[in-house]
Amino acid sequence: MTLSFILPAIGVLSGLGLLFGILLAYASKRFEVEVDPRTKEIKDALPGLNCAICGFTGCASFADAVVGDEVEITGCTAGGADVAHRLAAIMGLEAPDVEPQKAYVQCGGGIKEVARRFEYVGYADCHLANQVGGGPSACGYGCLGYGSCVPSCPYGLIKINEDGLPEIFLEDCTGCGACVEACPRGVIALLSEKNTPIIACISQDPGKVVRKACSVGCIACKICERVCPQEAISMEGNLAVIDHEKCDNCGICVEKCPTKCILTRQLAVMAAASQQRAV
Amino acid sequence: MPEQSLFFLLISSALINNFVLIRFLGLCPFMGISRHLDTSIGMGLAVTFVMTISGAISWIINEYVLIPLDLNFLRTIAFVLVIASLVQLVELVLHKASPGLYQALGIFLPLITTNCAVLGVALLNIQELHSFVESMVFSVGAAVGWTLAIIIFAGIRQRQELVDMPPVLRGFSSAFISVGLLSIAFFGFSGFLSTS
Repeated sequence: MTLSFILPAIGVLSGLGLLFGILLAYASKRFEVEVDPRTKEIKDALPGLNCAICGFTGCASFADAVVGDEVEITGCTAGGADVAHRLAAIMGLEAPDVEPQKAYVQCGGGIKEVARRFEYVGYADCHLANQVGGGPSACGYGCLGYGSCVPSCPYGLIKINEDGLPEIFLEDCTGCGACVEACPRGVIALLSEKNTPIIACISQDPGKVVRKACSVGCIACKICERVCPQEAISMEGNLAVIDHEKCDNCGICVEKCPTKCILTRQLAVMAAASQQRAV
Repeated sequence: MPEQSLFFLLISSALINNFVLIRFLGLCPFMGISRHLDTSIGMGLAVTFVMTISGAISWIINEYVLIPLDLNFLRTIAFVLVIASLVQLVELVLHKASPGLYQALGIFLPLITTNCAVLGVALLNIQELHSFVESMVFSVGAAVGWTLAIIIFAGIRQRQELVDMPPVLRGFSSAFISVGLLSIAFFGFSGFLSTS
């Protein structure tokens, strides 16, 4: 078998490649577009996830918008304070006063704690389950446990534990708020990292109803409000709310809560927090 | 078989054997860009440009380089080289001339390179043993047909955005069902083919 086709083949392809290469090189000079060098620097400083939480179609678009002065440098919430500072340095602006926030789950009502009103048969999605008669959970406010928050995290930090509650790996959390948006019930909230207790309940139902629905819900007994030396706890409707600014983490409310609804900050983020509670 | 007039060739490639609705080629940018009418028109024009010129250049290269040197096996790679270079050229020109359209088309502009409709036109020209003039007419017809299809579809999709629809059907679900129905409608053109 003669291999006489090899040289012409190489020649043709090389020739074509060279020809088009020269053509494109000329065209790239002729049709050059002025690009601000800061755009590339900014794009490199961004997380590069193209998560689109900022509202732009991707990190490249956001970088263009920052250079074009169309958006604040704090706009990349997925990047958090770290990225905001880097962007400030590149753009020659003052470092923004961004307080780092993290996402916390404000519900302790998992499979073990909350009764089910009916058996939900359908796609395992919190939004869908929530639309079926207000959700299969006996509590109309708490976590449904089907994990709609899980895919929303651009860093993949959320997983649903054995009790059916989301666990967020807080160390890498930048406080972008995607999971807050994703939860149809508003169970997840962004809080500062201050070491204060968290009330793991958002139910506005009266105490009698909550008792029947959930073993660890807030029954509005107001013991915490009375007991707090800093007067940091107040009642909003049938739910106790902590003012984290006033709280000094004395832990008395955690001790005195009859349903063990208030958790220390460590317990609130620990795995299987519900199992740690003294029953 | 009726004598292939050039006009018939044009109608055939544009309507009767529409590249996207009958041959199912070039679906990726078709589904990806058709959400808005203006970007669809822009995309259609870009594809038209690439299809016609690459069709011509591919034919020339095949006729005067590949066949004389007996290098038919290089056809696919040589054609892809031509198409890729042309698309790069279009990208450069578009970025300068119309940055808005460039941004709007986004990733789909370089995806014209991998658009099987463009390569399909080039290869079909060879397969159907077209002359140069016939290749040009075929390429133009194919491009016009593709552009027509995407403009019609964009119109449909824009209407569908405003309609109250079950969440399950929104977005690509209704789009694919609609394009299937549009395809069935275009099959009606095959009645032009024969009278026997």
